Amino acid sequence: MSHTLASTQNSSKVQLGFWIYLMTDCILFATLFAVYAVLRNNTAGGPSASDIFDMPFILVETLLLLASSFTAGIALLAAKKSMISLARKLLIATLVLGVSFLAMELYEFIKMYNEGHSWRESAFLSAYFTLVATHGLHITAGIIWLLVLLPKFFRSKIDSLTISRLTLFSMFWHFLDVVWIFIFTVVYLIGDKTL
Amino acid sequence: MLGKLNLDALPYDPIAIGGAISLIGGTIGIAALLTYKKRWGWLYKEWLTSLDAKKIGIMYIVVATLMLLRGLMDAAMLRGQTAIASGENSGYLTSDHFQQMFSAHGTIMIFFVAMGLMFGLINLVLPLMLGARDVAFPFLNSVSFWLFFAGMALVNTSLIIGEFSAAGWLAYPPLSGLEYSPGVGVDYWIWSLQIAGIGSLLSGINFITTILKMRAPGMTLMKMPIFAWSVLTSMMLVVTAFPVLTVTLGLLSLDRLLGTNFFTTTLGGDPMMYVNLIWAWGHPEVYILILPAFGIFSEIVATFSRKRLFGYKSMVIALLAIAVLSYIVWLHHFFTMGAGPNVNAFFGIMTMIIAIPTGVKVFNWLFTMYRGSIDFKNPMIWFLGFVMTFTIGGMTGVMMSVPAIDFQMHNSMFLVAHFHNMIIGGVVFGYIAGFIYWFPKIFGFRLHEKLGTYVVGAWLIGFLLAFLPLYILGLKGATRRLDHYDSSLGWQWLFIISAIGVGVILLGVGLQLLQLYVSIKQRHKLRDTNGDPWNGRTLEWSTPSPAPFYNFAKLPSVTHRDEFWERKRSKSKPDASPYEDIELPRNTPDGIIIAGMAGAVGFALIWHIWWLAALGLIGCIVILIRRSIINPGEIIIPAAAIKAYENQLLKRTRS
Repeated sequence: MSHTLASTQNSSKVQLGFWIYLMTDCILFATLFAVYAVLRNNTAGGPSASDIFDMPFILVETLLLLASSFTAGIALLAAKKSMISLARKLLIATLVLGVSFLAMELYEFIKMYNEGHSWRESAFLSAYFTLVATHGLHITAGIIWLLVLLPKFFRSKIDSLTISRLTLFSMFWHFLDVVWIFIFTVVYLIGDKTL
Repeated sequence: MLGKLNLDALPYDPIAIGGAISLIGGTIGIAALLTYKKRWGWLYKEWLTSLDAKKIGIMYIVVATLMLLRGLMDAAMLRGQTAIASGENSGYLTSDHFQQMFSAHGTIMIFFVAMGLMFGLINLVLPLMLGARDVAFPFLNSVSFWLFFAGMALVNTSLIIGEFSAAGWLAYPPLSGLEYSPGVGVDYWIWSLQIAGIGSLLSGINFITTILKMRAPGMTLMKMPIFAWSVLTSMMLVVTAFPVLTVTLGLLSLDRLLGTNFFTTTLGGDPMMYVNLIWAWGHPEVYILILPAFGIFSEIVATFSRKRLFGYKSMVIALLAIAVLSYIVWLHHFFTMGAGPNVNAFFGIMTMIIAIPTGVKVFNWLFTMYRGSIDFKNPMIWFLGFVMTFTIGGMTGVMMSVPAIDFQMHNSMFLVAHFHNMIIGGVVFGYIAGFIYWFPKIFGFRLHEKLGTYVVGAWLIGFLLAFLPLYILGLKGATRRLDHYDSSLGWQWLFIISAIGVGVILLGVGLQLLQLYVSIKQRHKLRDTNGDPWNGRTLEWSTPSPAPFYNFAKLPSVTHRDEFWERKRSKSKPDASPYEDIELPRNTPDGIIIAGMAGAVGFALIWHIWWLAALGLIGCIVILIRRSIINPGEIIIPAAAIKAYENQLLKRTRS
C-alpha cells in the first residue's frame, strides 16, 4: 500500500514540476515573440511578411497540428480507461499528423531558402525563422518522445507510470498547440495584409 | 576535422602561460593526490555519482570556492594593474588581456561563485529545514550540478585553449558580434553560461517543487522557516528569468554562428534589444542572489538573538514585493540609452520603491535584535558587517536610481563600487555566514571562532579599503574598465589604496582556509555532540550532526513556526513511533555523462567542430531515453538498519 501511496505522491510531484517547466518554456517563447514583434518591420529592403507567406498552405499545416492535439487528448482518455488498442491507434494518428506538420514546415522553409530568402537576409527573417523553428524543434522533441512512449501500447496491459508519462506528453503537445495558435495569429495572420 | 581549432589556440604571452600552467598543474596535482591515496573509487561512488542533496551541496561549494580563488586572482591582477599604470608606466597587462580578465572576473564571480554558493547552501539545508529526506527530483539535481560544473570547466578551458571574451561580463553587441569579436572568446562566454544557465533553470524547477510538495506534515506555507520562503521567491525568479537568458544567449550565438541579424548594426538588427533582453534577466538575477542571503540572515539573527523573528509576515510580503518589483526596474541599467524622460522616470521611481521592502527587512532584523539576548558568534558578526556595508550600498543605489544623477555615474567607478557593495557586502557575506552557521550540521563540528573573527575583520576592512576609493574615483570621473590613466589626474593614490584593499581581502580568504584547516585538526574539540550547536529554532537542528544520509529517521510533523524551539521549550517527548523502511534514490553516473556531453557540444560549437556537436547532442538524447526505459529504481533501507544506525549515533552522542 505504501508503495502506491509513494508513487501517487511522486506523480503529483512530477506533474507540478512539469507544469513549472512548461511555464519556463512559455517565457522562452514569449521572449521570442517579443523579439519578433520588435524586428517585424526591419526588412532591410528584403521581403516583408505579406510577400512570402502562403496562407492556404499554413492553414492546412495548422489544421494538421490541431487535429494531432485532439487525437493526443482522446488517446489519454482512452488509455485511462484501459482501451489500449484505441489509445494505440490514436497515438499513431498523432504521430502521423505531427510528422506531416513538421514536413510541411520544413518544405516551407526550404522553399523560402531556395527563393533566396534566408535568415541572413534581414532582421525580420532572422526573427521569423528562429521563432517558427524553435517551435519546430519542440515538435521534433515531442515526436521523439512519442516514439519512445509508443511501444508500451503494443502490450496487453499498461502500467500507471506509462499513463502518467502519457499525461505529461499530452500536456506538452497541447502546450505546443497553443504556442502555434499564437504563431499563426501573430506571425501569419497579422503578417498577411491581404486578409 | 577540428574546425577552427589548431596550435595557435595555445597561449603565448607569459601571463597567459602562467595562468594555463597553474590550472593544468592544479588539476594534475589533485589527480596525482587521488591516485596516490587510492581515492578514485571512493570519489566516484561516494561523491560524483551521489544523488544525496547534501553531498551535491558540498560539491557546489567546493567548486565555488575554487572559482572564488580564481576570480580573486583576476581581481588582484586588475587592481594591481590600475595601481601602477599611470602616466609613463603602462603596467604589466595589455589592454586586450585586461579586458579578458575583467570579463572573466565578472562572469566567474556571478555564475560560478555566487550562484554556486547559493545552490550549494540550498542543497545543504533546504530539505532538512522542510523536514524532508531529499529534494523533489534527486536525479535532476545531479544533472543541474554537473551542468554547472561543465559550464565552469568551459570557462577555465579558455585559459588553455583559445581565449576568453573581452566584451565585459554581459557581452553587449555590437562589440560581442562577429565583426568586432571574431575570436572564440565570446563563444566561450556564451556556451559556458548557456550550459550552466540551463542547470540553474532545472534547479529552480526542482526547488520550487520541493518546497510546494515535500514539506513536513503540518508545515503550512506560513509556518515555513523564512529561509525556505527566500528560496521560494528566489527560485520563482530563476524559472521566470533564466528562459530569457537562454533566448538572449541563443540569439547572440545565432548571429555569430549562422549569420542572423538580431543584434547586428546592419540589415535591420537592433543591438539595444540585446541590452534590454539581457537586463530583463540580469536585474532579477541580482535579486535571485540576494534573496536567499536575506533568508540566511533572518535565520541567523533570530537564532543568535534568542528571539523569534520580528515581523515574519512582513518579511514574507517584502520578499514577494522585491520579487515582483525586480522585473520592472531593468531599464535603470541603461538610463543613458535615450528612452526618453517619461520612461526613465518610471523606471527610476520603481527602483526607489524597492528600497521600501528592503528597508522593512533591515528594520525587522534590527527589531529582532532589540531586547534579545545576543550571542556574538561568527555568523552574527558577519550579520553586523553586512548591515553596515549593505546599507551603504543600498543608499548609493538609490542615488543612482535618479536618472539625472545616473547620467553622471553611468559606467563610472562609482557604479563598480556600488554593485560590489551589494554583491560582496550582501551576497558574499550572507553566504559565508550561512556556511559557518550550517557547517556543523553537515560536517559534525564547528569552525574555529577566534580565527573566524579575524576573517570577518579582514574581509570588512579589505572591502572598505578596496571600494570606498572607487566611489571617490567615480565621482572624479574615472570610468570602469580603465587599464591606464593620465598621471596629471591625481588618481593614483586612490587606486593604490584600492589595490591594498584587495590584498587585505586576499589575506581574509587565506585566513579562511587556515580556519578550515585548524578546525579540521581540532575537530574533536569543536565536535557538535547533540546536533544543536547554536541553540537553534528550526527542524534541521533536530536531527544529529552530521545529518545522516536519510536526514530524518522518522519524518517530523510540525505545529509551530519555530518548531524545534517550541519542542525544546515544552520539553516534548521524542517520537516513540516505530521506525519505517526508507526509500532513497540509487546513485547514478548519468548526470555526469549528460553534462559531459553538453560540455562537449559547447566546446564543439565554440570551435565549429560540427560532428562532435551532433554526436554530443545525440548522446544526451540516448542517455535520457535509456533512463526512461530502464528505471534505476530506489534502494530500500530496512527499518531495522535505520534503528541500529540511530542507536549508534545516540551512543556516540552520549560518550
